[in-house]
Amino acid sequence: MAESVLSGRIWILSDQRGNLIEDIDTDQIYHNAHLHITDIAKMGEYALGNLEGWKDFFEKACPGDLLIAGRNFGAGSSRQQAVDCFIALKIGAILSPSFGAIYFRNAVNSGFPVLRCPEVEQLVHSGILETGDEVRIHFLSGDAQIINRAVSFHVFPMSEVQYEIYRVGNLYNYGKERY
Amino acid sequence: MGQTIIEKIIQSHSQEEAKAGKIVWMDLDIRSARDFGGPNVVLNYEREYGDIAVAEKEKTFFTFDLCVPACSLKYADNQQICREFARKQGLKIYDVDRGIGSHVLAEEGLVSAGSTVVGTDSHMNILGALGCFGQGMGDVDITFAFRTGKTWFEVPETLKVEIEGKASRPSAPKDITLYILKELGTKIASLKAVEFYGEAVKNLTLAGRFTLCSMITEMAGIIGFIPETDESLREEILHLTQREYFPVQADLDAEYTDTVKINIGGLSPQVSAPYSPENVFPVNELKGTRIDSGFIGSCTNGRTEDFAAAARILEGKRVKDGVMLKVVPSTRRVYKELLEQGFLETLFASGAIISNPGCGGCAEGHIGLTGEGEVQISTGNRNFAGKQGKGKTYLASPEVVAASCVAGAVVNPEDV
Repeated sequence: MAESVLSGRIWILSDQRGNLIEDIDTDQIYHNAHLHITDIAKMGEYALGNLEGWKDFFEKACPGDLLIAGRNFGAGSSRQQAVDCFIALKIGAILSPSFGAIYFRNAVNSGFPVLRCPEVEQLVHSGILETGDEVRIHFLSGDAQIINRAVSFHVFPMSEVQYEIYRVGNLYNYGKERY
Repeated sequence: MGQTIIEKIIQSHSQEEAKAGKIVWMDLDIRSARDFGGPNVVLNYEREYGDIAVAEKEKTFFTFDLCVPACSLKYADNQQICREFARKQGLKIYDVDRGIGSHVLAEEGLVSAGSTVVGTDSHMNILGALGCFGQGMGDVDITFAFRTGKTWFEVPETLKVEIEGKASRPSAPKDITLYILKELGTKIASLKAVEFYGEAVKNLTLAGRFTLCSMITEMAGIIGFIPETDESLREEILHLTQREYFPVQADLDAEYTDTVKINIGGLSPQVSAPYSPENVFPVNELKGTRIDSGFIGSCTNGRTEDFAAAARILEGKRVKDGVMLKVVPSTRRVYKELLEQGFLETLFASGAIISNPGCGGCAEGHIGLTGEGEVQISTGNRNFAGKQGKGKTYLASPEVVAASCVAGAVVNPEDV
C-alpha cells in the first residue's frame, strides 16, 4: 500500500537565471511527436524532452526524486503521457503553485502524487530550497520539511478522492470498490 | 445562496450538493475519444475490464481528427485499434472523413445546453459555446467514463467577466478573444468556470462563441459560458444541432469569486506572438514581421463564417509568391458549405492549399507544421515553443492571416 509520507531529493525546474519556469505545457513535457507510443516503460526518455535546458533530465533523474515546478505546470493538451513519462522514471511527486486542470486530474487518476504548493515560489526565490535538497511531505496533513535545512513549509493536503485513488493505485481500482 | 451556471449543470448530473470547491461524482451524457488518446483508452479498457460492455453504447463515441486519414503507420494502427474495439462493442465512429470531434458531436445533435460531454481533446470545453459543460480529459479518465458513465469533478469556482465597450470596426471574435486572453492571462481564470456578459459577447454568432470558448483552455480555465443570447443565435444553434437552445442561467444571487471588467472600446486587430498565447499585441506593433506560411482552420476558427471572412479578404487577390497558405475546414459539413457558397473557389483561386477536415495546424499528424526558422501566422489557439515544429507561430483572426499572406508579412487587414 502507498505510504502517506514521502521523502525524496529535489529537482527545481528553473531557467538559466535560477527562476522557476512557469506555464510549462504538455508539449514541453512530452512532445506530440511521441504520442503514438503506448508502452509507459518507453516514455521516460522523452520526459521534459522539449524543455530548454532539461532535455537530459531522463538521464539525471533517479527513482524517488521529486520535482518542483513553476505555476500552471502541465498547461495545454490532455495527453496522459505527460504524466506517464514521470511514472516511467519513478519520480516520487511533483509540487507546483498550480497545475493545468487536465494535467492535475490525469496525475490524480494514475495515483501519481501532484501537490499544490504556493510556498515553493518564495522558497526557491529566496534560495531556501535548492536542487539536491531532501524534502519530506505528509500528504494528508500537508506538513512538509526540507530535511537538510530543518525548514518547514506547507503543501495543500490531498483531497479525500485524490488520497484514496493514490492509496489504491489508480482510478480503476478506486472505481472497482465503488461500481 | 444561488448557483452559478456550472454549479447548476453539475447539480443536475449529480446526487451530491454541487457547490464550488466540493468534489462530486457526476453523470456524463456523452463520452468520446479521438485517434489521439483513443488507442490508450482501448488498451486501458481491455486490460482493466476485458470484454465487459461499455456503460451505454449509444452515449459512447470515437471521433478521428488528429491524423486523418492516417499519414503515418503508427496512426493507421492506432485508428484501427479503435475501430476494432468499436465494432466489438457496437460503438459509433465518426471516422477520418468527418473532422474535428467536438464540432462533429455538435453537428450530430449530441450536444445540448446544460449537458455534460467529455473527450480526449483539451479543447472539448469549446462546447461551452453551446451552453454545454464540455471537458477534455486524459485516457484514464475517459476509460473510466466509458465503463461507468461517471467521473469525479471538483466543482469549479466561477469568475464573472463583463465585457464593456464596442470594438472600433466590425472586429473579429478572435481579436476580442485574444484581448480577453491578454487581460486574464493564465492566472485570473485559472481552474475556474467563466461567465461572460456584455453586449460585445452577447452579439457573437455561434462561430464567434466557439472562438472565445475554445481559448478558455489557454486562459487555464475550466469552461466558459456566454449566457446572454438573442433570437438569431437560437436559430443558428437550432439549425446546426437540430435542438432548441435553452441555456442554463445563473441565479441572481450566485456566488462569484471575482468580477472582472474588460473594456474593448476601440479594439483593433490583435496578434499573439510566440511563445505563449497570452503574449498579445495590437497588430500594428507587429506589422511588417515577415511570414513564410499561414494557416486558417482549427477548432478555434474552423467554421464556415471564419473561411468566409478570409475569402472576402482574398477575393481577387493572390497569396504572395513564396508564402504557403493552408486552409483546413473543421468538418465535412463546413467543407460542403464552403463548396456550395463559393468560398472554396475564392480561396483556391488566391493560391491557398485546401485540405480535408481535421485538427490541422495544432499538432504533428496533420498539415500546418513549421520547420526551423519558419514563421507562421495561424488562426489556431497555441503557439508554445516547438508545438507545431521548430518555427515560430503567431496567432490571429482569419482576416489578419489572409491579409498577411497577401502581404508576405504581418499586416492590418485594412491595409491590404
